[in-house]
Amino acid sequence: MTLLKIVYWAFAGFAVVAAGMCITRRNPLASALWLVQTLFCLAVLYTILDAPFIGVLQVLVYAGAIMVLFLFVIMLLNIGRPGAGDLRGLAGAAAAAVLGAGLLFQLRALPRAAPPDAIQLPTGSLEAIQHQQGVVGAIAAPLFDTYLVPFEITSLLLLAAVVGAVVLAKRRL
Amino acid sequence: MFLGPSLAVSAVLFAIGTAGVLLRRNAIVIFMCVELMLNAVNLTFVAFAQRLGVSGQIFVFFVMAVAAAEAAVGLAIIIAVYRHKETVDLQHINLLKG
Repeated sequence: MTLLKIVYWAFAGFAVVAAGMCITRRNPLASALWLVQTLFCLAVLYTILDAPFIGVLQVLVYAGAIMVLFLFVIMLLNIGRPGAGDLRGLAGAAAAAVLGAGLLFQLRALPRAAPPDAIQLPTGSLEAIQHQQGVVGAIAAPLFDTYLVPFEITSLLLLAAVVGAVVLAKRRL
Repeated sequence: MFLGPSLAVSAVLFAIGTAGVLLRRNAIVIFMCVELMLNAVNLTFVAFAQRLGVSGQIFVFFVMAVAAAEAAVGLAIIIAVYRHKETVDLQHINLLKG
């Protein structure tokens, strides 16, 4: 068992545990902080899976920006104090457990799904591209070439989201 | 490397996110569970990107942009609902029930 495997399984296990804590804590603030833990662990997994730039984005955008937005709203609505909790009753918990387990049972096929050999790149080709163009360049080159139009549409989407958020949340325009 | 294990972790995280959506009544926590499901899918994308090309990582990039837009609009909706109802508990937000 190499060091990489130990690190991988440690962070994968902690991600799953933190996700479990996230959905069972009564306090929304605690849930948000456990979700940040999960996102950090996923950033480590991305880095191990040859996507260090995505790992950095995960920390900056997800754990940094999006979760701060969540914490701001929790603070703004003042629902972070310990209270009665919002977990559904026994029936709801049973339904969640059964449906979650059912979904997991269906998704068990996922780890065994191997992409057909014909479309697979040779082992280490991604590392070779990253070595050649740099970690950021390997993503930037296709993003501003093949995926240029979707990338530009993303800016429209974000603009619409900003305007929509202001219109919805502002008391009086 | 780690393709099977990553897909297994992704499946577990997605199932936990789904269970969270069904388990909670707080709209903000349900929203966080949806983010968890998005992240589970991102892990699948990154795992497959190792063997199928860098496009998978670019899709993660787009998913993050959509998640940011979704979080901004969704939280604005939650604030607007809170202003009307003084609660984010979905049990009390049942206007569409008739």
